[in-house]
Amino acid sequence: MNVAVLKGGRSLERNVSLRSGARVEDALERLGHEVVALDVGGDLVKRLTAERPDVAFVAMHGVGGEDGTVQELLEILGIPFTGPAAAACARCMDKSLAKHAIREAGLPTPDWFAFNSTAFRELGAADALGRLEQSLGFPLVVKPSRGGSSLGVRFASAPGEVPQALVSAFSYDDRVLLERFVDGREVAVSVLGEEALPIVEAIPAQGDRYDFEARYEIGRTRFVCPADLDDAQRGAIEEVALATYRVLGCSGFARIDLILAAEGPQVLEANAIPGLTDTSLLPQAAEAAGMTFEDLVAKILDLALHPAAA
Amino acid sequence: MSEVPPPPHRRRAHTSTRDLERYAGLFAERTGVMRSSAMRDLMAITARPEVISLAGGLPDTSTFPPQSFAAQMTRIAQESAAEALQYGPTEGFEETKDCIVEVMGAEGMLVDPHDVIVTTGGQQAIDLVCKTLVDPGDVVICEAPTYPGAVPVFCSYQAEVVQVECDEDGMRVDELEGLLERLRKEGRRPKFVYSVPSFQNPAGVTMSLQRRQRLVELARLHELLVVEDNPYGLLRYSGEPLPPLYQLDGGDFVIYIGTFSKILSPGIRLGWAVAPPPVMEKIVLGKQAADLCTSTLTQYFVREYFAEGRWRQYVADLVEIYRGRRDTMIAALREHFPAAATWTEPRGGLFIWATLPEYIDTGDLLAKALRADVAFVPGQAAYIDERGSNSMRLNFSGVSDEEIREGVRRIGAVVAEQVELYEALTGESGGTVAARPDAAEDEENVLPFRKAGEAGG
Repeated sequence: MNVAVLKGGRSLERNVSLRSGARVEDALERLGHEVVALDVGGDLVKRLTAERPDVAFVAMHGVGGEDGTVQELLEILGIPFTGPAAAACARCMDKSLAKHAIREAGLPTPDWFAFNSTAFRELGAADALGRLEQSLGFPLVVKPSRGGSSLGVRFASAPGEVPQALVSAFSYDDRVLLERFVDGREVAVSVLGEEALPIVEAIPAQGDRYDFEARYEIGRTRFVCPADLDDAQRGAIEEVALATYRVLGCSGFARIDLILAAEGPQVLEANAIPGLTDTSLLPQAAEAAGMTFEDLVAKILDLALHPAAA
Repeated sequence: MSEVPPPPHRRRAHTSTRDLERYAGLFAERTGVMRSSAMRDLMAITARPEVISLAGGLPDTSTFPPQSFAAQMTRIAQESAAEALQYGPTEGFEETKDCIVEVMGAEGMLVDPHDVIVTTGGQQAIDLVCKTLVDPGDVVICEAPTYPGAVPVFCSYQAEVVQVECDEDGMRVDELEGLLERLRKEGRRPKFVYSVPSFQNPAGVTMSLQRRQRLVELARLHELLVVEDNPYGLLRYSGEPLPPLYQLDGGDFVIYIGTFSKILSPGIRLGWAVAPPPVMEKIVLGKQAADLCTSTLTQYFVREYFAEGRWRQYVADLVEIYRGRRDTMIAALREHFPAAATWTEPRGGLFIWATLPEYIDTGDLLAKALRADVAFVPGQAAYIDERGSNSMRLNFSGVSDEEIREGVRRIGAVVAEQVELYEALTGESGGTVAARPDAAEDEENVLPFRKAGEAGG
């Protein structure tokens, strides 16, 4: 089959995407496919039109590749592609939108407020900060609404730290979330088709925050898969994750990140195109389920071509 | 004819988690302290063609006449092909050392060619010095901020890096004295002090004569080595030259690192180290283990180039070009950066160091700047701790005047947005800082390197 691997692009996660893409290309070649690697740029439509691939493997992360933009184009061009459809990507990418959908479906997610910078610049939203902080309590988490890999995520442990955290978060997106900090174990559920793969737990080394650096550096965060959970915990996490996957309209695959708090699992975010690098969580989960990386790639491709067969 | 076999895969399948863990078990301890990742990922984006990058540290090699390059390489091919393609001595060719002696002489240094080793760039010289001197846990002292490229070298030898603050006159040697005293009481002897005394990378500041003298005295007193990294010394755009530490010390306690990168070409990867004979002996052994010898071909190129006798004119041409670019950048900063920002006004070198209000994290700012297609180096890269998070390094040598103006304008615009937002959030007005004093042309680094009040004596 002729497979176009879409990677790179202009997002801040370009490098991670290039790593994901390279690994996928290798796997596809080993599976015997014809692979065309496309570093996504201004000539994307032209190149796709020229190459006429049977299917596109979208190995892009962050704004542009994971937010539905590229997916929308592929839908217009009539090229089947891996991962969720454009609308689901857009919902997953915007944490504020995703959390609204999750909460409306009655699923657990930490309390939050979302603002765009205009609210602060022009509407005096700063005057509401005190009330909002009271409602969420400290510490609280400030994060860009659209963004991945923990870029721009800041913890504020006192009111004085909030403005600076907001300035940082607004560097990545024009909309930011202030979210209640929920203490607990960090778990990730990768969903493939309609099935939950073994749960990965991220255990930060030496109390490191689960930050961008740690995520991509072997040894900084320890990942345990399958996570050490009892049946009830695992059941609850999987149920919430699969329900979130459906509520957001995901298909093909996605990764749901949760906190296992004392009161049960809480959804933090959904990643429409989880990383596929050496250290990414989806490949780890697939491996724990007995799949090689080639098996995983083959399955993802199959789900793109035969969505009903899932 | 048999069928051509398919090309081998770029990477084999050994990249599952389990395999990675297997490799990880084999990694040397020092790889654990090698820094990487987030910054590198962000910096990778700066390579997009539409991005105006003030993040580089590149000399403008487009100024080197191609016909001269062609003539020299042709001469080498015609007259010395076999030798130029052969291995050479580990220490480097005598002819290369003669060129080095000439370059150092241009800054007033007298050097014995026997004390010189030709290295693969100045970067290898830093590595070889560490290889020779540093055991895990040894203290290495450097400036704060320091050359970002030196930090990974120190870390890879598992040094404990201690940084001494800089101000507009370079490293705070008084602070260094206190540190040396403290270390002495703890029974620890630092191995060396690493310094870029002239037109420092990243800060652009230059160590005053008084501090240079005191630093050399301290080295003698404590029997401590100073590693003087001087890639930019000949790129002076204003003011009188200051004597290098090597010259002041006479080479007893100063290891000197130089390079052809900024006066000729970084692509030829030719640098050098000058060290006292016992130290040099070990450095040579280290070099032998590392790569046997520096590129013979590029050493031949340097020899030919110097034989033409025009190298000083070329440096003078570069100085003219870079001086103009520095002035353009300073003018652009005055026009586009908020009043609360400060920056250094270097008298030479390639970089300006700008410091923004404390609440702005330049790492985050870079993400925003990249959306505006402009890049810089966030200040934290120059520190081993969390300091420097509100500073940035700006390069003016590798970009045109037009790009400098537009790049600084774009950065200024994203900074202004941050300032406006912060003021809206806090009700404070950070923009009311008194206007900066007008820079007097003949005063070194006129503008405060750090915020007034922070800078001590």
